Amino acid sequence: MELLDEALKGKEMAIAKILTLLERGKGLDYLDYLASIGGKAHIIGITGPPGAGKSTLISSLIERYYTTRKVGVLLIEPSSPISFGSFMGNRIRIQRLYPEGRVFIRSLGSRGDLGGISRDSIMMIEVLDGLGFDPIIVETVGAGQIDTDITSIADTNIIVITPASGDDIQMLKAGIMEIGDIYVINKSDLYNSDVFVISLKNVLGSATSRYSLRPEIVKVSAIKGEGVDELIISIEKHWSFIKDNHRENVERRRRKLIELYLRNLISPLIVDTAKKVGLSSIKDAINSSHNVLKDALCHGKIL
Amino acid sequence: MERPIKVLIAKVGLDGHDRGAKVIARGLKDQGMEVVYTGLRQTPEKIVRTAIQEDVDVIGISILSGSHMELIPNLLNKIKENGLSNVIVIVGGIIPKEDAQTLIKMGVDAVYPPGSSMKEIADFIRKAVSEKRR
Ligand SMILES: Nc1nc2c(ncn2[C@@H]2O[C@H](COP(=O)(O)OP(=O)(O)O)[C@@H](O)[C@H]2O)c(=O)[nH]1
Ligand SMILES: [Mg+2]
Repeated sequence: MELLDEALKGKEMAIAKILTLLERGKGLDYLDYLASIGGKAHIIGITGPPGAGKSTLISSLIERYYTTRKVGVLLIEPSSPISFGSFMGNRIRIQRLYPEGRVFIRSLGSRGDLGGISRDSIMMIEVLDGLGFDPIIVETVGAGQIDTDITSIADTNIIVITPASGDDIQMLKAGIMEIGDIYVINKSDLYNSDVFVISLKNVLGSATSRYSLRPEIVKVSAIKGEGVDELIISIEKHWSFIKDNHRENVERRRRKLIELYLRNLISPLIVDTAKKVGLSSIKDAINSSHNVLKDALCHGKIL
Repeated sequence: MERPIKVLIAKVGLDGHDRGAKVIARGLKDQGMEVVYTGLRQTPEKIVRTAIQEDVDVIGISILSGSHMELIPNLLNKIKENGLSNVIVIVGGIIPKEDAQTLIKMGVDAVYPPGSSMKEIADFIRKAVSEKRR
């Protein structure tokens, strides 16, 4: 448990090694211990279309938070469905060097998990939480459509959009975008955001987020750091409203982790079975595939 | 279960061109790797810090400015000081043959001139990583 001691002391090398073990399907003892002392951190989800300024915003949030708190950051990047590789460019926006153990940033690929929030990212949240990082900020790929799964992970969901793209409003109208807890209208240095704020208010109407709270709208220039203090007030206000429900959130996130873990175990078998089954009758194919799965579950062939 | 090979591509030096570095980064992505790209003007301190947090298997340095004989040894020292013993270091850029040989003696695993084939670089990385993981 030397690695754990080092990690608890804030050694970034040790923290990083634990995260890698989990990515490799090992290190569940570390996860267990850290989860037992964790479950306290405020998880802040940041989503929105590419280019809206999510990473830049995270950089300015880190600047405000790190002086008094240990900040954890997970940057989830899209993985290629063809090569499974990933180009991870989010760190370009976060250039400062912080004292060791105060700001820990990790990029990870979405690796094909449905909803873009992968099993590994929840395990990493649990680890950083147990190590005392709070808040933990999670950037996810929002290719227009906001991942429904981020809402089951984060305590506070922030949606970043800009007045530049009328598409964003259209998506909200069509109900494609989830209701966020806070809307950040970014790049307010470039555009006059006031008209946009009004149309956003119209679209949101009397909608409430999952805690029956009206979402707040904050005008920000992430690049200039303007409006970031107001955003933090908004974030902290949201957190104080929902703190009493936090146990439930932690439980929901851990159940999600188990769900994703099981899916990961079973899905290669499903894919493999569908590839091999004979196709002379679709009905027969379904039935015999079903039997293969039943058999595998009964006879311990999974794993 | 294995995670994909993880590579940090960093551009050092003061020149403002990162097209080459990005081509490499995207090429390695197409080869199935997870490539953290951190942008222009990275210092050895920053590179090592990012490599530690991301726990990368490979550090790939792109350098065009001609200052490789100062920057790369400095980086190699930082890597050693920080105990990043298992990381593979590759360097890409315009580097004279003698310098390349010196750098390899100092601990760089491979040096690639501009225009090297992506496949060749990726194959080298795969082999080197599997040897070091063993
Ligand atoms: N003018 C202006 N540009 C911004 C602002 N925030 C981000 N950007 C720029 O928008 C681009 C995309 O930013 P990034 O943070 O990578 O967006 P992401 O894809 O949502 O993470 C970059 O060129 C940023 O410099 C802002 O508040 N004002
Ligand atoms: Mg980003």
